[in-house]
Amino acid sequence: MSKKNKLILNGKKKINRPKTNASLQKTSVSLPKTKGKQKPVINFKTDWQYASAPESISHIQLKKRYELFINGTFVAPDKPVYFDTINPATEQKIAEIAEAGESDVNKAVKAAADAQKYVWSKIPASERAKYLFRIARIIQEKSRELAVIETMDGGKPIRESRDIDIPLAAAHFFYYAGWADKLNYAVPGKTPQPLGVAGQIIPWNFPLLMAAWKIAPALATGNTVVLKPAETTSLTALKLAEIIQEADLPPGVVNIITGAGKTGSLIVNHPDINKIAFTGSTDVGKIIQRSLAGTAKKYTLELGGKAANIIFEDASIDQAVEGIVNGIFFNQGHVCCAGSRLFVQESVFDKVMRKLKDRMETLVVGDPLDKNTDIGAINSKAQWEKITKYQAIGLKEGGECYQSSCSVPSQGYWFRPTVFWNVSQASRIVQEEIFGPVLTVQTFRTVAEVVEKANNTPYGLSGGIWTDKGSKIFKMAGELRAGVIWANTFNKFDPTSPFGGYKESGVGREGGLHGLMPYLKY
Amino acid sequence: MKYQLDKHPIDQVGVEERVARFNSRSIKKQSKVQAIKLAISMLDLTTLEGKDSAGKVRQICAKAVRPWEGMEDVPSVAAVCVYPNHVKTAKRALGDSGVKVASVATAFPSGNSTLKIKLEDTRFAVNEGADEIDMVISRGRFLCGEYDFVFDEIAAVKEACGEAHLKVILETGELDSYQNIRLASDIAMDAGADFIKTSTGKIEPAATLPVTLVMLEAIRDYFYRTGKMIGMKPAGGIRKEKEALQYLVMVKETLGEAWLSPHYFRFGASTLANDLLMQLQKEATGYYQSLDYFSID
Repeated sequence: MSKKNKLILNGKKKINRPKTNASLQKTSVSLPKTKGKQKPVINFKTDWQYASAPESISHIQLKKRYELFINGTFVAPDKPVYFDTINPATEQKIAEIAEAGESDVNKAVKAAADAQKYVWSKIPASERAKYLFRIARIIQEKSRELAVIETMDGGKPIRESRDIDIPLAAAHFFYYAGWADKLNYAVPGKTPQPLGVAGQIIPWNFPLLMAAWKIAPALATGNTVVLKPAETTSLTALKLAEIIQEADLPPGVVNIITGAGKTGSLIVNHPDINKIAFTGSTDVGKIIQRSLAGTAKKYTLELGGKAANIIFEDASIDQAVEGIVNGIFFNQGHVCCAGSRLFVQESVFDKVMRKLKDRMETLVVGDPLDKNTDIGAINSKAQWEKITKYQAIGLKEGGECYQSSCSVPSQGYWFRPTVFWNVSQASRIVQEEIFGPVLTVQTFRTVAEVVEKANNTPYGLSGGIWTDKGSKIFKMAGELRAGVIWANTFNKFDPTSPFGGYKESGVGREGGLHGLMPYLKY
Repeated sequence: MKYQLDKHPIDQVGVEERVARFNSRSIKKQSKVQAIKLAISMLDLTTLEGKDSAGKVRQICAKAVRPWEGMEDVPSVAAVCVYPNHVKTAKRALGDSGVKVASVATAFPSGNSTLKIKLEDTRFAVNEGADEIDMVISRGRFLCGEYDFVFDEIAAVKEACGEAHLKVILETGELDSYQNIRLASDIAMDAGADFIKTSTGKIEPAATLPVTLVMLEAIRDYFYRTGKMIGMKPAGGIRKEKEALQYLVMVKETLGEAWLSPHYFRFGASTLANDLLMQLQKEATGYYQSLDYFSID
């Protein structure tokens, strides 16, 4: 073998170092520090690139203007007020959406109350199940169209809407369809009864999935529904209204009305509504709870979070890094249970940070409709501004910051995957929910220390534990004050599993057997 | 060095989920052509049968240098992989084409022999002109926890290789767990491997994507620690172009640009070559050629 070859094969070939990230940053962030000898660097800017693969939008059917879905038909609002829904990746208008005023809300609630009293509570439970199964199957049939619309309207990558949002939405209908005629077994020894009309207000981060979470258990238990999607992402809920029509659900059983906070407050305060189910911010949750005080309305609130994701030194580090990425960058970080506070045991801090930064470099940020995209567009301008504000706060507080060096499109709302370290429990970016692709990293030394820090928050929705020791998982899960604890994984959802928060993360549980109870009296 | 099995825990579910993500990347048109050519250039065209003859070895050498006459700029493969007694024939047939000769050694495929014989086997192959030696580790001793024995054996073979470049075959299909595979990778790299390789091709399962990911991550940790680049060779069971491209995606996202090269990544395969060529032709013309147009060697 020639000497030339030997040089290469001994691993002494010149290593390509990537261009500094600083040249690609818009904001001022510090470069990763190296002590003394230069660290070996992996260059992920490869000569070989993936082929762009945008999902076709030619097959989707969207109207230019969407009316309110009341009593089984689409009707114009009494006052002709409409607002635009835009594609956050392009800033282009997609459609006009009707805004429901007071008289429209009254109509929807009346339709729901009549349908509950005269139709839905009268038909056999097994018939209710049939409708739910039918809706689930139509969602599956139209899954491709729903995924594309979800991505266009909300900015989430098609990979997620196609593989997670839409299949899970169908799964929720399938699951609760199964319960409809078995409620006596869900509450042994008692005769469960529906509450009546459920007013349901859902957020913009998982538009169709949240609609499914709300509608499926309500219908299975014999209630009827007035549902309001978030104003920036109404389209898939309105497509669901079309599916409900196609499934021939009796008129008035599900009413879907659109609008912003004002419409929501009309629903919450309507006297003929028996239950409120809300998913959204803690601020709005508090307003709702205040207005419900002193009424007979039951309620469930699924609110904000600031989950601790805890990496122990004995964890499988490469898989834990995947879990960190999945925990905070899934759906651009617009996830109430996102693992936004990372705690890393001090002995593995350098290792984890290095791997995390390298992993961030391989995330594909861009066109949400492209099948390669890992991170799509920020849902709205307002949300983008909020995340940007928190980034500035983090820098001002003295946090060290690293952002992926990826380029982002010039149009639309984008935010590069971002990680802050050198932050503490006192930092605002550690305390407050950012709801974007921004991770904070703190270190810890002992189990007791990390439990104390993880619980030191007004929230308590979820948490993650990464360790190879089963005993440690059980100990931690018992001590963390959060509704969902994931062990060696993160952001896994299943209709059979209850979901909900401690403290300011909410009241009540959705999903599983537990998810039936807030819709029943006995 | 004291090796411990639990030093680098590997989570099986996590590894397999990560692999599923690699498989969803889009590779088509120009991206596909580029990847197929890269994959061809990374092939270790292999014949390791008891019935191998000089004629058969010359045939695969011809294919290695010019994989297909049907198209312009199809690169030569990286190496031809044979038993030690065919090294000389292969070396002569390949001449100055730049295609390397790799030889299995060390009582391939079981490795069940004495160190003395293994070293003899290695020196013989090197003296015959092998550029690369593909050795097997002693899996039995490894599974007994005799990690130092495995280390010493690799180090001794490395010394016997001299200038030749050492690939260490872990035979992952016999190692039972990802954690064992990870530990065996670490031992091999520490003991002087230039490449780590999954399988002999004689045991099922041979190379898989999750196993290769575990090994690539071990290579990455070694690089972080030492700055040295170790190569990776999945071998056995990779027969389709689509699978080969999935491996390249994994390399791209785990180790980046520097490893997307025949110097640091190889495919140990024989039937894969024709599928790569057929897909390359399909990209160029839009049609699948009959298999009769591709040489079976």
